[in-house]
Amino acid sequence: MTTFSPARAVPVRRVQWRAGRLPEVAAWAVLVVVAAFAVAPGLFSDLSPIAIDPAGAMRGPGAAHWFGTDQLGRDQFTRVVHGTRPSLLIGLGATVLAVAGGALIGLLAVVGMRYAEQVLMRLVDILLSLPTMLLALLVITVLGEGSGNVMFAIAIAFIPGYARIVRAEALVVVRSGYVEAARALGLRQSVLVVRHVLPNALGPLLVLATVGFGTALIAASGLSFLGFGAEPPSPEWGVMLSEGRNYLSTAWWLGVFPGGAMTLTVIAVNIVGRAAQNRFTRRAPR
Amino acid sequence: MIAVLIRRAASALAVLLGAATLAFAALELIPGDKVAALLGPATSASEQVKAQIRAEYGFDRPIVVQYLHYLGRLVRGDLGDSYQLSRPVAGLLAEQLWPTAQLALAAIALAVALAVLSAVVTAGRRAGRAVATAWELAAVSLPSFWLGILLLTVFSFQLGMFPVVGGEGISALVLPAVTLALPIAGMLAQVLREGLEAALAQPFAVTARARGLSHTAVRVRHTLRHATVPLATLTGWLTGSLLGGAVLVETVFGRPGVGALTLQAVSNKDMPVVIGVVLLSAVVFVVISAVVDALYAVVDPRLKAG
Repeated sequence: MTTFSPARAVPVRRVQWRAGRLPEVAAWAVLVVVAAFAVAPGLFSDLSPIAIDPAGAMRGPGAAHWFGTDQLGRDQFTRVVHGTRPSLLIGLGATVLAVAGGALIGLLAVVGMRYAEQVLMRLVDILLSLPTMLLALLVITVLGEGSGNVMFAIAIAFIPGYARIVRAEALVVVRSGYVEAARALGLRQSVLVVRHVLPNALGPLLVLATVGFGTALIAASGLSFLGFGAEPPSPEWGVMLSEGRNYLSTAWWLGVFPGGAMTLTVIAVNIVGRAAQNRFTRRAPR
Repeated sequence: MIAVLIRRAASALAVLLGAATLAFAALELIPGDKVAALLGPATSASEQVKAQIRAEYGFDRPIVVQYLHYLGRLVRGDLGDSYQLSRPVAGLLAEQLWPTAQLALAAIALAVALAVLSAVVTAGRRAGRAVATAWELAAVSLPSFWLGILLLTVFSFQLGMFPVVGGEGISALVLPAVTLALPIAGMLAQVLREGLEAALAQPFAVTARARGLSHTAVRVRHTLRHATVPLATLTGWLTGSLLGGAVLVETVFGRPGVGALTLQAVSNKDMPVVIGVVLLSAVVFVVISAVVDALYAVVDPRLKAG
């Protein structure tokens, strides 16, 4: 009888592990490139994203212009690279604001008086019943247009979702043994929340915020596409698509590349977010 | 049963009242003179007209009185006038509702069909899972406005199969409906597939398989029903959110509808119209929630007892 050798089983497992991780590795690679575009666009193209060259307008993609040129002769590859920063910043800012606002409301609902919780969560329910896009548009009508206001609008539209998640997470933490122990030790309510409840609810929140960042990116570009956020000649991807939309019959590349960059970024963000989510739920099963 | 109905009606009313209050607060929050905001940025109305509006809306009275007055007008179905188009908002919404409803219904039907097909074919199969995960991920990551531009480029401009802008009839509905449906289909397929996989692992599915039913028959006849409750919840919620998505899709395809009306209103700071759309969306949400609740009882008899 041959004995089972564990040494043989190990490599097989390792190969499987690697194949399963392939999308995540690719996603991280995409995100590194995107981050580099955002931080130092000048490294990837020495052309200007806004310099006009009427003689070279409407060229198709080729060796000279990888993504072609637009109706004003601007190099589309340069514009996509330079557009990374404005496209990502609004979504990133909105996500940070929404997570902070959601954490505040969610925690207040947990530790506050009973009727404060009722009022806050009722408000959250009402806001959740409205489409986020519509809520963002309502805020823009009140505040006015512009990149900063679009960021606020998306943040406000996303706060209710985060508030509900934080509350759910915080309720679990509040009922756990160590919080009870800390309370029994005589810790003040505020210390309890900041030192124990918040850090423990933060992990799942940050993981969800990663996926939420992808959604915020799409919303931000969508609002810029509609003409409420960044303005031409900014190479923001939504603005580029909105301009390129007028030339779809003759210049397909104007509609393809900015949206492709956006979609690829969001797919990468979602893959990384989900992988983190899986790892998180596996480590702390509930 | 009656207690349940009363509780449902109360929560529906709470949502409507909440949305109305939110809209009222939004109007209050607009910086500057409210009369000017209602009249629009471009008008140079005489002091007499302004005084008339002030009296009509009761802006000179305490805010609580104004609020009650506003609620009273809403109850009577008076959403105010659009200053941009100088017409009652309720009439404008009623006119634009049908094209958007067509679009939304076509999109939701398509999304559910795609999701069911994908989930039934791929659930519980190793290879299927990889394919399903990939397309679901791509679908939820696609910005709808870009998807619309891609479809227009390929099918309208290159192949000439569908009209480029607006148009009427089925052929004009296909591309916008697909655009609106695909991201939703991705979400639905994901939830449905997970539900199916959970149901397939249960003893009754094994029993059905042991009775000699084929893989597909087990999925379609037995486990699909179990996975329908979360699907119905999500579908209801997503249908409500389509009103937001319609703004982008109607813009890309140059279609008339509530979305196009909203875009125009937000650009012109036409607050009465924007508020009207928000209230409409709250009503849609309440109606759909009621329909989904009724569906639960049909799909899952266990819920009727509780």
